[in-house]
Amino acid sequence: MTGPPLIEVEDLRIDLTVGPSRVAAVEGISFRIDRGETFGLVGESGSGKSITALALIGLLRQPLSIGAGAIRFEGREIQGLPAAEQRTLRGNRIAMIFQEPMTALNPVSPVGRQIAEMFVLHKGKNWREANRLAVEALASVRVPAPERRVNDYPHQLSGGMRQRVMIAIALACGPDLLIADEPTTALDVTVQAEIIELMRNLCAERGTAILMISHDLGLVANVCRRVAVMYAGRIVEERGSADIFRACAHPYTQGLVDSLPRLGSRAALGRTRLREIAGVVPAITNFPEGCRFNPRCARATDICRTTAPETTLLGAGGLVRCHHHA
Amino acid sequence: MKLGASLIIGGALFALAIFVGLFAPWLAHTDPVMDANLINAEEPPSWTWWFGTDAQGRDIYSRVVHGARISLTVGIVSQLVNSVIGVTLGLTAGYWGGWWDDFVNGLTNLMLAIPSLIFALAIMAVLGPGLTSLLIALGLTNWSFTCRIARASTLSLKSQGYVQAARVLGYGDLRIMITQLLPNMLGPIIVIGTLGMGGAVLAEAALSFLGLGIRPPYPSWGSMLSEARDQITTAPWLSIFPGLAIFLTVLGLNLLGDGLRDILDPQSRSRRT
Ligand SMILES: Nc1ncnc2c1ncn2[C@@H]1O[C@H](COP(=O)(O)OP(=O)(O)OP(=O)(O)O)[C@@H](O)[C@H]1O
Ligand code: SF4
Ligand SMILES: [Mg+2]
Repeated sequence: MTGPPLIEVEDLRIDLTVGPSRVAAVEGISFRIDRGETFGLVGESGSGKSITALALIGLLRQPLSIGAGAIRFEGREIQGLPAAEQRTLRGNRIAMIFQEPMTALNPVSPVGRQIAEMFVLHKGKNWREANRLAVEALASVRVPAPERRVNDYPHQLSGGMRQRVMIAIALACGPDLLIADEPTTALDVTVQAEIIELMRNLCAERGTAILMISHDLGLVANVCRRVAVMYAGRIVEERGSADIFRACAHPYTQGLVDSLPRLGSRAALGRTRLREIAGVVPAITNFPEGCRFNPRCARATDICRTTAPETTLLGAGGLVRCHHHA
Repeated sequence: MKLGASLIIGGALFALAIFVGLFAPWLAHTDPVMDANLINAEEPPSWTWWFGTDAQGRDIYSRVVHGARISLTVGIVSQLVNSVIGVTLGLTAGYWGGWWDDFVNGLTNLMLAIPSLIFALAIMAVLGPGLTSLLIALGLTNWSFTCRIARASTLSLKSQGYVQAARVLGYGDLRIMITQLLPNMLGPIIVIGTLGMGGAVLAEAALSFLGLGIRPPYPSWGSMLSEARDQITTAPWLSIFPGLAIFLTVLGLNLLGDGLRDILDPQSRSRRT
């Protein structure tokens, strides 16, 4: 590999300030994404996926702050950059789409204008040119009759159409990295599949790397080449997507895999409940001693309750954080 | 949707006032200041003198028509100044918070504690009478409500997805305020502005009546009332017509403000959709 990776996170800790005290909401987070690569971050609600993404674009705000570690974009540390330079990265080199296409668009502005704003803001285009490019951008996300649709307000569009508009805005400036934070959870299943397919194709065509965030391991593994599983603020396993189903190493990942509906199984047909992992994710302020998964883990032993496991390297670039990994 | 009656009546009254103000030179029968003629002094209303004449024989109708120009200029310009000040302070205070927010809040509370007319009076006393001082005095003293609304709207809009999204897309603070926040709070700001305009028309009349605003012989409705004060029993038309003009304009603006609230208020809007 020549040159630095597109983005590299090294031993990141995010602190949450509660009154006079600080607790680590996530810690020891390390991963790298190369140009054009697809990388997934999976974990239950509250495991720290979204705040990790916010840290990547330099948008953590009080009470959250970066406590330790480094985030490098093309080898340059993001935190060290002046605010104005960070802003030229956001939307231009690193873009992001969210879960809620209903609320992520300005209700009083036509969607075309919201796309065009990106060209004005980051590419120094005049409005005439920007509006023309907005029609093209809308066409590229397969919105029918884009030259008419640009004048529509968000409330005139369906959820799927809005998410297409969000993708058009995010990809407008040709970013190097697209962060997709639960981009489809608010949509119907069929629309979901379309949107994911569209996002994947557009990014593949343009060589845009994807960081996909979701609690749905199946979805992420389907889109991404590599997957990191987060639990209670830590990455517990990182594997190639293919390996994760064949031979996952961490008991938590195993739990996630078991809870996925298999094609043709009774669960997939909705007749039986999926196997769920018993228990809940602990609160940040109340992480257990040792391995944070130990109260829910069937393999847990004494050492798990006292000592946090270190990272163990597996073959093919995989790693796991468990005393008794498979 | 059925437009409210208050919107239609208020809009019509305000439109009439604007029309009269704009076309005053064509609507007036005589020059409001120069055409004095003692032969026609204190004529009651008639076919020749629609609203009667004053002690110097000037046509009251022509003076009321020209007065619309001054009263509306004061009302509109001073309220615009108030809106710009209020929105700028409220928006930035709500957005940035911190010491700036504390400072703006303190200033707003101070303004609310002093009746704005008293404040305007004090400024007029310093600046002296005249149109410019009137615009300054009324434009600087009535922004506190706008400021409060703008600040409160900013606080609630700030957490909206599209404001967060704008930040993620690299919008700067100014761009977020102008494209994401301002357009979404415009409804209540316009309502407050319309009501405030009525207040400014009244305040102009009050200040001119006290001899601090527009000075005679220039015809503002307030200065006409001031001049007519001594003849209220002998020549009531001198007070009635400018008084009626003030009443109808302010009523119109208040009705318009209420009507606009019904269609622009975000709550009533979401009720309809
Ligand atoms: N602004 C904030 N103030 C306080 N705590 C926060 C804040 N933002 C996030 N947290 C906490 O940080 C932890 C991680 O939150 P995060 O939003 O990253 O979770 P997530 O993995 O994205 O979950 P989800 O799947 O629900 O989106 C949570 O416990 C949350 O309560
Ligand atoms: S370290 Fe122990 S408790 Fe934690 S996942 Fe591994 S076996 Fe379970
Ligand atoms: Mg999240």
